[in-house]
Parts: sequence; structure tokens; C-alpha cells
Amino acid sequence: MISGRVWKFGDNINTDFMMPGPALYLPEAERVRYVFQANRPGWVDQMRRGDFIIGGHSYGVGSSRPAALSLRNLGVGCLIAESINGLFFRNCVNFGLLALECPGVHGMFEEGQTAVVSTDDLTVRNEQTGAVRQALPVPRELVDLMVGGGIFPLLERQNLIAPLPPKIDKSKKEAASV
Amino acid sequence: MGSAILNKILARASKKPSVAAGDLVVVDVDTVVLYDSNFFPVYWRDPLKVADPDRITVIFDHRVPAPDRSCAQAQITGREFAKRFGIKRMHDVGYDQGIAHTVVADKGYAVPGTVLVCSDSHTGGGGAFNCAARGVGGPDIIYAAITGQTWFAVCKTIRYDFTGRLKPGVTAKDLFLYIAQTYGDHSNHNVEFGGPGLANMSIDARRTLATMGTELNAEFSIFEPDEILASYMRERGVTDFEPQMPDIDADYAERRTVDLGIVDTLVALPDAMIGNSRPVGQVVGERIDQAFIGSCANGNLEDIAVAARVVAGRRVAPGVRFLVTPGSQAIYRQALKAGYIETLLDAGAVVTPATCGACGGGHMGVLGANETCITASTRNFKGRMGDPSARIFMGSPATVAASAIAGVIADPGDYMKGANW
Repeated sequence: MISGRVWKFGDNINTDFMMPGPALYLPEAERVRYVFQANRPGWVDQMRRGDFIIGGHSYGVGSSRPAALSLRNLGVGCLIAESINGLFFRNCVNFGLLALECPGVHGMFEEGQTAVVSTDDLTVRNEQTGAVRQALPVPRELVDLMVGGGIFPLLERQNLIAPLPPKIDKSKKEAASV
Repeated sequence: MGSAILNKILARASKKPSVAAGDLVVVDVDTVVLYDSNFFPVYWRDPLKVADPDRITVIFDHRVPAPDRSCAQAQITGREFAKRFGIKRMHDVGYDQGIAHTVVADKGYAVPGTVLVCSDSHTGGGGAFNCAARGVGGPDIIYAAITGQTWFAVCKTIRYDFTGRLKPGVTAKDLFLYIAQTYGDHSNHNVEFGGPGLANMSIDARRTLATMGTELNAEFSIFEPDEILASYMRERGVTDFEPQMPDIDADYAERRTVDLGIVDTLVALPDAMIGNSRPVGQVVGERIDQAFIGSCANGNLEDIAVAARVVAGRRVAPGVRFLVTPGSQAIYRQALKAGYIETLLDAGAVVTPATCGACGGGHMGVLGANETCITASTRNFKGRMGDPSARIFMGSPATVAASAIAGVIADPGDYMKGANW
């Protein structure tokens, strides 16, 4: 079971809202600042890690840009929408963001309420009202990838991609030089 | 019930007798296409092996020639990757470069009956070649290059049967806008195009429509094979392929007949294309700052030809920037030999080297605050081509060229009178 505070968005939330063109090649820390800048400025400061997004129809239409990665890195715990664009859904699998299609979910929540999702049977429950809906089935392999961090951890475990270079910890470096 | 085209290709690629909507299939990938964006450090993870270098193609397109150091570095990473694994299909800046999907078309890489993936959303243009081609994610591409495989969720198919032919001056872009206006969203469905009207649609026109299938929110877009396709492939030395026709009793979600002759010139208003178009007559007179023709959807030779015919002997209106970006350097050379480039330059157009360029707001034609653009490219999302306050109208290359001359959105029909049309 996972749960999170709900933020509601409408229909046709496209990839460019989540990752606008000017942000595409910026370092990750800067890139996430652009999420929903055009349609909901300030949201990145209001949301907390673990919050959920509830979307309308055709969530994630648009390009193949890794918008799901930005949502994951902001700490979005789960995305539930009336329907999700096929390419965006792939990127949720790729980058490890739990994403579920659940017809009727948009009307089931008010913003700020808490959604509870079972990663076993893919039910969605409103903690305040008790309403429950069943998300559309997702093959187990894909659920496992979404909750397991996506494709890169899988390829790393099989020794098929080079490991990332170790991150330089700036705080330690500065401390050492003091 | 029989199978639609996509089901047949995916069944073969997954070594199953048949597949049905709802199935998750793991398929062998025949062609993996990488482009410059794959190689940025935020997206790239270095493969330690690849399944088959001859099934991998690298094409630089989104930001070329490199406009800044980060793009230059990504291209260095891409060159090193191609060299390390001995990838022969390497389309670097120069003679054989272009927009990935356009080069795939020029070279005959999208082989009928096969599976092709690329992590650009407009990969579906390869469906013009009866190829199961679609955009996937960056990690999908790395996975496919390494393992030779990817996965697809099988969807139902909406079938279009075309009859008749488009009126003079009406293009496949108008046909796309007509479908988006009349039938709306195609989410969670494949689209299949066929019927007797196909005989009147060129490969370029099919490519425009298949590319724009992404903007119908379709999963795959695919065309029936025919003799026009077979001879196109033969001209490119591709003779060993098995095109797939649908079964006569294919299990379609819906079957729709469109008389191409009823399609008129349409323009999509800013921010969306589905259900957001108007007959051109309702938007004429809208002042513009920029007119753009290019992209994988409209950087084809026919698109440049129609633009040249509209502007021949005329001049771009003062205060308007008219940018034309051929889809590939090969198309650029063909347009040059045909005289189209000279005609465009004489009219005051700026012709750029082949790149995705202004279409994605990357470079060479980025819009500023509150500017208005009419574009023949792939997408008119808010902020797509630059500043979020810019307005982006979407039309055919003919409409864009006519608007560049008029300085306001114009009906191309007014510029198409006379013996040439």
C-alpha cells in the first residue's frame, strides 16, 4: 500500500507542460524547477515528496522527452489518470514512476485528499470518503519495473550498461579543503 | 476474426501465431534509431554490448550543427558510441544527414513488415512504409540496442478507407487536420490507412499523415502496402521484405471511409490540433511574425515544391520571417536541382540546413514573447516553439507559404490560380 496527498490536473496534460523545451538539456536539479511552469506556476514549491497526481484524459500526450523522470525526481509517489498516453506510460515504466489508468478517478477526489493505492491488486481508495475504484490491469512485469526504479537498474543488475561515475560530494570536498 | 496489419507484424516479431488487444508482447526489433538527444548525459547510459550493430542507426537531427557546447559534447558521445560498436549507418552532419525519420524514409530503413523503434515521438512516420514504427523512451532505445528486443501492449485498430483524391492545393496536412477535427482523439488505438484512395497518395503525403498520427494520440500508425510502396523500396535497393495486408475480416474497433475530395484547407488554432481547426477562411487576416515549413511531417520534397509554387515571383511580406527547413540534406539537394530553393530565396525565404530546428523550439527560429507563427510542422502546443506566450497556428505548407507572402494568415487558393495548378 502506498498513499499520498492528491493534486488534481485536467485533461491533455502534455509532456511540454512537465518538461518544456528550454529545460530539456539542463541538469536534473534545474530541470525539475520547470515542471508545470506554464500551466501551474509555483507547484514545484507547493508539492511534497510522496504526493500523488490525479489527471484527466490523455495524460502525458506529446513527445518522448523523459517527463516522467522529472516527476519521479520531484518525488511524485503515484500518477493516476482517467487515461494515460501510451508513450508517456512507457516512460513511466522506463524511469520508475508508478502510473495507473483508473476510469472515474478524477471525480473521486478533491484536491488535498489522500489516495491509497495497492500495488498488489491496483485498487485506488479515497481515505476521506472511503470510495474505491479498480485501476485498469497492468502486467506484473511492468508494475515491478515501475516500483523498482525502471529500466536502468535492470540493465545494471545484468551488467549491460556501464555504471554511473561516482557523484562528487561537493560538501565533503569543501569540508576537506577548509 | 482476422488480424489488422499491426497485429500481424507484432505476431511475427514476437513469434506467436496471433496477438490480440490487451496482450503484452516482447518483440524482436529490426531497426533501432538513435539521435543526438539520446547522448546527453542526463539521458545516456553507455551500453557494454549491442545485439547487432547492423540493426542500429545513428542520425543527428535535433540540434545540428551544434548550437552550443552541450550539443557538441552529446554528438561526440554519439560518434564514439557508433565507432566503438562499428555502426555503419551513422548519419553525421554532412552529406547524408537529416531529420531521423526523414533519413529513415530517404534510405529505405523502415522495411515493410518489420519493427522499428526510435525515442522520438514522431517515429510513427515509418508507418507509411507498412513498418511497425513508433516512438518509445530513451531507456527503451538503450534496452533495444543491447538486447535486440522491446515490448508493446497490443491495441485495437481504427481503420480508415480512403476514396477519391485530394483537391489541388489541399495537402495531407489538411487531411490530418480534417481527421483530427472530425474524429478527435485516437488514444489507445492504432490507426490503419488503406482503400482505393491510396493510389492517389504519394509516399510524401503518406509520411505526413503517418507522422501526424502521433498528434491523433494514436499508438501506431500504419499504411497498407501497395505497388507505389514496393517501387519506392526497390528504388532504394530494398527488395527482400514481406509487407503485411490486413485480413479481410480484421477485428477493427471501427472502420471509417473518408472521401479525400471533401477535404478543404484547414488551420488549427494555437495550443492544440484535436478539435481545434477552422476552415482557412475563418482565420484569414490574422497577422503573423513568422512562417515555418519543416520537420519530419512537412520537410519533404513535395512540401518544399508546393511552397515554391506559391511564392514564385512574389516577395515575403515586410516584417515576416519565412523559414524553410528541408527534412534532409538529400531533399535539400533535390530541391536545389529542381529550382525550388532559388525560388524560395528569391522570394525572401531563409532556407536552413536539415534539422528539427524551429519545430521543437530548439534553435533556428525560436519564437519570442507574444509573437505569432503559422507553421507546417508537427505540433503547436503552448510554448512548443519558444516563449509560452507565442501563438502557433498549424497549417499546410501551401497555407504557410501563402501567409508568408500576405503577412497575415491567407488562403492558399488565392495564390494557386493559373496554369501551374
